[in-house]
Amino acid sequence: MRRVGRVLTYRKAATVALLFPPAGVPAMMHSVRAARLAKQGEVESARREGERARDWAWYAVGIGLTVYIVAFVAWLLLANHHAVSRVFFGWSTMTDGSAWWSLLKGFWINVQVFMIAEAIVLVWALVVAVMRLLPGPACRPIRFLATVYVDVFRGVPSLLVIYIVGLGLAQAKVPIVGDFSDVQYAIIALSLTYGAYVSEVYRSGIESVHWSQTAAARSLGLSYSQTLRHVVVPQAVRRVIPPLLNDFIGLQKDTALIGVLGMLEVVSRARFINNSRGTLAAYSMAALLFLLVTIPFTRWLDALIRRQRAKTLAGR
Amino acid sequence: MAFLELRDVHKTFGTNPVLRGINLDVELHQVVCLIGASGSGKSTMLRCINQLETVDGGEIRLGGDRVSGRGIDVDALRREVGIVFQSFNLFPHMTVLANVCLAPVKVLGLSTELAEERGIALLKRIGLDEKAKEYPDRLSGGQQQRVAIVRALAMEPHLLLLDEITSALDPELVGEVLNIVRDLAADGMTMMLATHEMGFAKEVSSKVCFLHEGVIHEEGPPSQIFENPQQDRTKAFVQRIIDAGRL
Repeated sequence: MRRVGRVLTYRKAATVALLFPPAGVPAMMHSVRAARLAKQGEVESARREGERARDWAWYAVGIGLTVYIVAFVAWLLLANHHAVSRVFFGWSTMTDGSAWWSLLKGFWINVQVFMIAEAIVLVWALVVAVMRLLPGPACRPIRFLATVYVDVFRGVPSLLVIYIVGLGLAQAKVPIVGDFSDVQYAIIALSLTYGAYVSEVYRSGIESVHWSQTAAARSLGLSYSQTLRHVVVPQAVRRVIPPLLNDFIGLQKDTALIGVLGMLEVVSRARFINNSRGTLAAYSMAALLFLLVTIPFTRWLDALIRRQRAKTLAGR
Repeated sequence: MAFLELRDVHKTFGTNPVLRGINLDVELHQVVCLIGASGSGKSTMLRCINQLETVDGGEIRLGGDRVSGRGIDVDALRREVGIVFQSFNLFPHMTVLANVCLAPVKVLGLSTELAEERGIALLKRIGLDEKAKEYPDRLSGGQQQRVAIVRALAMEPHLLLLDEITSALDPELVGEVLNIVRDLAADGMTMMLATHEMGFAKEVSSKVCFLHEGVIHEEGPPSQIFENPQQDRTKAFVQRIIDAGRL
């Protein structure tokens, strides 16, 4: 039999941990003590010491790595006589109320665009997903159409869609949509792009609902559409909320592209501010505005999902 | 003319013929048990009756109306024929009461108040009215299956199909589910059940059908099938059950 009773001294781990001395030195001390006690035959205490050495070595990883990474970033920011921090976080710009006010006015356009686009996508993507899942040979043409739409709009970069929709529709005087405002074009472009993404998310969700749920609903006399509406889609949507959220954050960020249509949204305004002041601080401020929306949004949704789970699932 | 008639019903999955000419009459208020080895076609037969599977040949009639083949109103048929599945198939995103009330409201057009009133009354009958606001996942398997039966009953079907409804349950939970079926039989509900609970089949059924290789190999009153089977295959099947201590 192989020996299972030996004492672990974690000498190698402790040696590596010395790269971060505040945790590495205690790790090494405990390791050395473990080895000495083991030699004296004090196996129990030696094991205890060995375990302490291991714990300290893990602290070296957890704390040490963090400290070094943060220090490295700080060094980058302080390099070149604080030029980096001046450029990115220019104090005079960041404390300037009028700059913030200008950016906020611009950001309000972004917020409007992504809120309306998200509401549209939520419905439109579901329509597309259901179109792709319609059964039978009769519906093959509409399935094909939906598939083409998804393939095209997932494949074309959103910036190009914004150009094509925002400039093209107006220039070609397309009926109905020919004289929309830039904001409306931006909403249409982003809804088209993200509708394609999100429809695939919905589709995977719908397909993940076990067919026995459909069998149960149909056997009660519910029609195909009632089954979708009351049984399949509600379960599918609950399952796809996390990936859905992912795409929504993507949509929110892509509103940074709509400035190319000439409207004064947050990124265009940030560029103007930066150009007039010879800094890049306004970009950091715009970035902060986006974070102020996405992070609370994510946390709120996480909490919502947790509450839902707690309600419907027993002790899982 | 019987209430439910199956005439030469065929069903094939791919190249695998599962039903190869089923003939059966079920009268109102009868309880018909389908027994037979796994894969003998019991479940498929039940699923063909409410058109969860379409038959490939033959004909099924309910109350004199043809209910198989093309051009029939499956939703109308399913309003009359309830089914309960082995794995309950409750809707996990709805409360117990919502599970029970969904079809009466959406299909029969009952008001929510009336449907809930009836739903509560039904749940009370099986002693689960206190669980009305719970979600299915919080219930035991036996409780879930009882709710599934009530969900089917809420549509007030004239025929109830029970597809191995105790097979997914822990042994100690089987009794509470079978008690409901026993009560339904006493109330005169017309039922067809595929089951491995031979003792129960013997006790509750008016007719037992032994399925073998996609046909009803032998049918008769439970006393005949379980105590005096006429066919060799039936004898062998019953003997195996007795040897396994399941009768």
